[in-house]
Amino acid sequence: MSESYAIQALFGENRSEFVDHVPHCVELGIRCLHVGPRQATLMVPYRGELVGDPTRGVVFGGVVTTLLDQAGGVATLCSLPELVSIATVDLRIDYLRAARPGRDLYGHAECIRRTRSVAFVRGQAWDEDREDPFAICIGTFMLGANASEHPLARAMAGQGE
Amino acid sequence: MSASQDLADRIPYARFLGLRVERDRNGLVCVLPFRTQIVGNARLPAVHGGVVGAFLELTALLGLLDQSDGSGIPKPINFSVDYLRSARATDTFARAGIVKLGRRIANVRVFAYQEDPDKPVAAGIGNFRL
Repeated sequence: MSESYAIQALFGENRSEFVDHVPHCVELGIRCLHVGPRQATLMVPYRGELVGDPTRGVVFGGVVTTLLDQAGGVATLCSLPELVSIATVDLRIDYLRAARPGRDLYGHAECIRRTRSVAFVRGQAWDEDREDPFAICIGTFMLGANASEHPLARAMAGQGE
Repeated sequence: MSASQDLADRIPYARFLGLRVERDRNGLVCVLPFRTQIVGNARLPAVHGGVVGAFLELTALLGLLDQSDGSGIPKPINFSVDYLRSARATDTFARAGIVKLGRRIANVRVFAYQEDPDKPVAAGIGNFRL
């Protein structure tokens, strides 16, 4: 059975619409590399300011939280039959190993189940090889978190023109 | 400058966030100064959930460093964040409590709040390898 998604028109590669209305994504230079049905892949470029352990040059784990929270949020949006605002309920990250110093960090999230009010998401982050993640995550997102119009509604309207 | 602020200033990402470390009779309080660049939802506006999570993890780390000899930075094994309210456009505070300080692993609980300490905006718990 094929499902229809509210923002199907925005699925594809390099979709800046998903991050350029988020000030902190702009500050970190996060790029949205790919979005598709129930899933998203994002990237945060390496920079020295994001390091947590200066002796090893490893990016602070919390930056991975931002990357995977954003990826999980986008994956959730990509699962919706109607565009509503969302909010993170919880997010747990396991740090399987240290990320390699100097490498851009990639994050992929997938919505594995969606009810009317909650989306369940899992994801992983890697530096060189997607099959060799340095972190995995599981999270939940609340749907219809607030009444305001989602910024993507404007991007969608732009698609129709 | 306090020893704990000095520790925070050794972590580039803590400097990037402008993290301040204060101390009162109940222990360390970390402060995440509000800046428009840490916003996640511009309409509310609310601080990005990732920054809130990172701030909790930093507070846990500094709480651990405060209880240790400061040699070597504990490595996170995992960290879990519950988002309880949106963190609005104002400074956020956080306190860490060490649930267990073992020989190899420590378990740390953290709460973040804004105006009212009884209304936490987020709670975190994590395990760190010492």
